[in-house]
Parts: sequence; C-alpha cells; structure tokens
Amino acid sequence: MAQLKPGSRWTSSVCDTEVIVVKGPPDEVELTCGGVTMVAAGEEPAAGALDDSASEGTLLGKRYVDDGDTMEVLCTKPGTGSLGADGASLQLKEAKPLPASD
Amino acid sequence: MNLMMLLEMAVGGFGDRVAFGPADGGLTVGELYKRAGAAAVHFRRADVEHVAMVDVTSIALPISLFGAAWAGLPFVPVNYRLPDEELHSLLDRVAPAVAVVEPSAASRADGREGITVLLRPDFLEQVVGSQGSEADWVMDGEETAVLLFTSGTTGEPKAAVLRHRHLVSYILGSVEFMGAGEDEAALVSVPPYHVAGIAAILSNVYAGRRVVQLPTFEPGAWVGLVRSESVTSAMVVPTMLTRIVDYLAAEEPDGPGLPTLRSLSYGGGKMPQPTIERALELFPTTRFVNAYGLTETSSTVALLGPDEHREAVTAADSAIRRRLSSVGRPLPTVEVSIRDDGTELPPGRPGEIWVRGDQVSGEYRGLAARLTEEGWFPTHDGGWLDDDGYLFVTGRIDDVIVKGGQNISPGDIEEVLLGHPAVADTAAIGLPDEQWGERIVAVVVLHTGATATSEDLKEAVRAELRSNRTPDHVAFVDELPYSETGKLLRRVLRDDLAHLGDGSTPRAGGSEQQ
Repeated sequence: MAQLKPGSRWTSSVCDTEVIVVKGPPDEVELTCGGVTMVAAGEEPAAGALDDSASEGTLLGKRYVDDGDTMEVLCTKPGTGSLGADGASLQLKEAKPLPASD
Repeated sequence: MNLMMLLEMAVGGFGDRVAFGPADGGLTVGELYKRAGAAAVHFRRADVEHVAMVDVTSIALPISLFGAAWAGLPFVPVNYRLPDEELHSLLDRVAPAVAVVEPSAASRADGREGITVLLRPDFLEQVVGSQGSEADWVMDGEETAVLLFTSGTTGEPKAAVLRHRHLVSYILGSVEFMGAGEDEAALVSVPPYHVAGIAAILSNVYAGRRVVQLPTFEPGAWVGLVRSESVTSAMVVPTMLTRIVDYLAAEEPDGPGLPTLRSLSYGGGKMPQPTIERALELFPTTRFVNAYGLTETSSTVALLGPDEHREAVTAADSAIRRRLSSVGRPLPTVEVSIRDDGTELPPGRPGEIWVRGDQVSGEYRGLAARLTEEGWFPTHDGGWLDDDGYLFVTGRIDDVIVKGGQNISPGDIEEVLLGHPAVADTAAIGLPDEQWGERIVAVVVLHTGATATSEDLKEAVRAELRSNRTPDHVAFVDELPYSETGKLLRRVLRDDLAHLGDGSTPRAGGSEQQ
C-alpha cells in the first residue's frame, strides 16, 4: 500500500512499464502491474512473476483510471503487464483532446 | 518531473519523426534528444548557474531548452532587442551563465563578467556528433526549468520562475501524447523569451507535431512558410494576425489562400473584433482558437475553441455573439474565480481574475510568493464570467482609469470605438487631472482615407456607455506603440501624450500584461 502523490513515478516489478501519477487517490492503494506491486522509481523490484490475467500491456503516453475516477496515472514507458489498483484493473482513459493553443 | 521526461517519451513513441525544420531533412525527435544530451555536457563543463539565450527562435532553442533541463540548469531566454544597458543588467543577474547568442548580438553580450558567450553556429556545431550525457537528469519537479523576465513599467523587470512541475503539468493537462498526425506542422513565430515560445516547443514535441520556426515575423514570410511547408497550425499575437489579414486581403481574390492551415490560435493581448471577423471570412475552413494565459501561469489557462468561434459569429443571440470577444472557458485542469478584494463575485460582475492549478507558478525570484494560501494567483487582470462560464478579460487592473472616484475600464471604451467604421485601432488612457484625478484620452488611429472628428467619436461612446465614460480628449495618431510580441505599450502612450494632462502628479503605475 502506498500514497500515490501527483507527480510521483512508479516502476513495474515484472516488465518495463513506468507511470507517473497525474491524480492521486485520497487513500493509500496497492498499485500493481502484471499483478505484482509497483515500486517507487529507483527502488528494487518486488518479488513475483507476471500474472497472465494482467498481461494485456501498457501503452506509452496513455492515461489509466480506476472505476471511481479517483486516480489517474500516465504511462511514461510501456511494458507487457497491465495496471491495477487494489486488485481491480485500471482502464484506458478516452482522450478528449483540447485544441492546440501554443 | 523534468521537461526531459516529455522528450524521452517522444523518443520512445516516435523518435524518427521530424521535430524541427523542413519535412525533408529536419531534425528528428531522436536527434534532438542526442543534441540536448551533448548540450548538457557542455553546459555542465562550463560550471555555471544558468543557460541564457540571446537569440531569435531557431533550432538552438529546443536544443538548449532541453539541454539545460538535462544539466539541471534554469533556462533564461532574454529579449535580444533590449537596449544594451537593459540587456547587460539582465545578463548580470543570471551570471555565472553560458549564453547562446546570435552572432549579430555577440558584441553586446561579450565581456560581461561571468557570461560565457557561445555563438549559435558554434553551439550547433558542438552538439553534433559529440558525446552525449547519460540519461541522468534530476526528476525533481521543484527545480527551476525556465526564468522569464517580465516587462515592468517601473524598476527592474521581475524574473518569473517556472519550475519543472509547472510546465510538465501544463503539458500533461492540455496536450495528448502523439496527438498530432504525421503530416501536421506548426508554425512558431513568437520569440523564445515569450512564454508561448517555450510552451510551443514543449507541446508540439509531446504531441509529435513538426515545428517550423520563423525567426522574425513579417506577414509575407509567414504566409510563404505556411504554403511552402504545408503548415497545419500556427499561433499568432493580435498584431501579427492583423498584418496577415491585411496581406491576404491584398492578394488576388482567387489566389491560393492558406488551404493547409487547419488551426490558428491567437492570444497575448486583446484581439480587435473586426480583425477576427475578417479572419473568419478569409479562412473559411480554418479552426480558430483564442487562448488566454500569462507568463506566471505557464501559458494558456482558458481558451475559446473552434466550434465556439463559428457558433458565436453566426448566433442571433447577442450574449452568444459576444463570446467572440471572450477568451472562452478555463482548461479542465484550471480554476478561474473573479474576486474583489479576495471576495468571490457572481457571474456578470467585473473584478480581478484569480487562477489556480498545478501549472500556475505566480512566483518571482527573490520576491515573496504571490499565491494565496489556498493556491490562487491574483493575475492583476480585470475580467468577468458570463452565466455559462465564459471569461471576458478587460485588461490590466493597473490600466483602469480612475475618474471622479469611478473605475473605468479602458477596454469598454476601446470596444465601442473599434466598432466605429473609421477607427482602425485605439487605446483609452487616463492622464492626470487636478479636478477629476484622471481624464480620459482616447488615442485613435483612423483607417487610411477615413475621416471622423473628435466629436463624432465622443458621440459614439456617449451613445453606448454611461456618460462618465465619454473621452475628454480624442488624440489622433498614425499608429499605436506595440511591443514585438503585440502588447500595447500604454506607458509609452501616457509618456508621449503627457501634455494632454494638466501636469498634476500622475498616480503610481503598475505592470503590463504578458
């Protein structure tokens, strides 16, 4: 379990996936990739193996949210595992692009 | 968070795409990354505290912006057009620094203590093929990414601090990663020292959109580049759009037009409504975006989108038509509140615009933080929200004319005068008046060949606004003073027309809009 602060980065323990927290949930959650706990960037990976039921992969630059829309992470490096929080899988967030203004 | 995270993602997603320059032979995202790494090595070796840039926009801008982020040094673009004395004073404030300098400005930057001058051509040569740095940038969002000097009217310019977390939050909140098609190209003509010049680099790199740079704005060159480079989007300040519209209007009626230009964004000052209406006519298929933002907010905080433009211009309802002169609604990641002395005002009531969001810095080096405890940034801009949340900006609060104890917004008077067929451009200013505090002077530029008397124009204002808004004087001039980035220089006007006041002591002036 960890508090996901906006701007904090998390690394998969079983694949190349890295994410940055865009919106943090109010409470601590267990963030997983490939079914195994993700660790703060730079820390040693947690023990475990990629769970086949969580192996759809992550896509670079895509956002992922939980069902209640309490948290959002952005994939900064893609990998083979898929994301979850407290046992429920995170969903790809549909983009509603803003018009370019710069 | 570090700006380099954005570039690293771009390399991972589309490293072979051209990021800067011509579609054929431009600098790819992958090459930009390598050169930024090489630049970081140079910057670190120089053992300095800042990376300054005294230059027009060029390929050296993204390389040194990302290179500085990589090296952990704040990037400080300064206005290369400043008079020597002001340029020297700014350089002294960032010393010790490496300064990437355009060759013609070399003699002006040379010899300042603590400034290592790196001529742009030499810099560009050094970063090709030289050994890059490991991917060892610091991911601390609190580090300063960019310092931008804001133009004050009195005293030293303030250095606005944009930290990595502000700029990265802005990009993540407003730009879709790889959201641009491979055929898209953005034309950037704002200089590096303008916040939009920095934001344009970051947002287009992250979106995967090729950037074409125009070092010095000139309408013919701008139109020429749109055509030769098949430009699909561009950002302009109001003075640029006025000149582009005039240029195109003078071309053959069945001329080539700008068929590739899908999107045109404007901001950085108040757009005269006649200009935007003419532009909508001249570019029937282009999607227009009006963006409002400040240096201290990492660029855009509100925008009026393409559909809202077309809807407003064809609306029968005057409240909807009026939105053409609004800056649209806040970004989803930004809150806007209208305040009077800190108290929130309801829709329709004018007050000071406050903004809040992760991209909002509101911080100046060496000065106490301007953010309130709740994270709001009082912008010093006046404005109001309509019932549907559209934001109308009336101008800098410091530009408000105080006559007989009444606050009068110059924007209201200017809007009426711009609706007069003879008026091409105008500014309302307050000049000292013993009896009233200030008197209203309307400074007017007439269209070529058009005529109107002072009395005609006073009458036009009297017919629309309360009588205390009627100008006391109308001064006719050939043109109004604008900065290179399209900001009306009211201070210059007040100085030039000081003789129209009665010589009593003027009230203290404030700052200018960014």
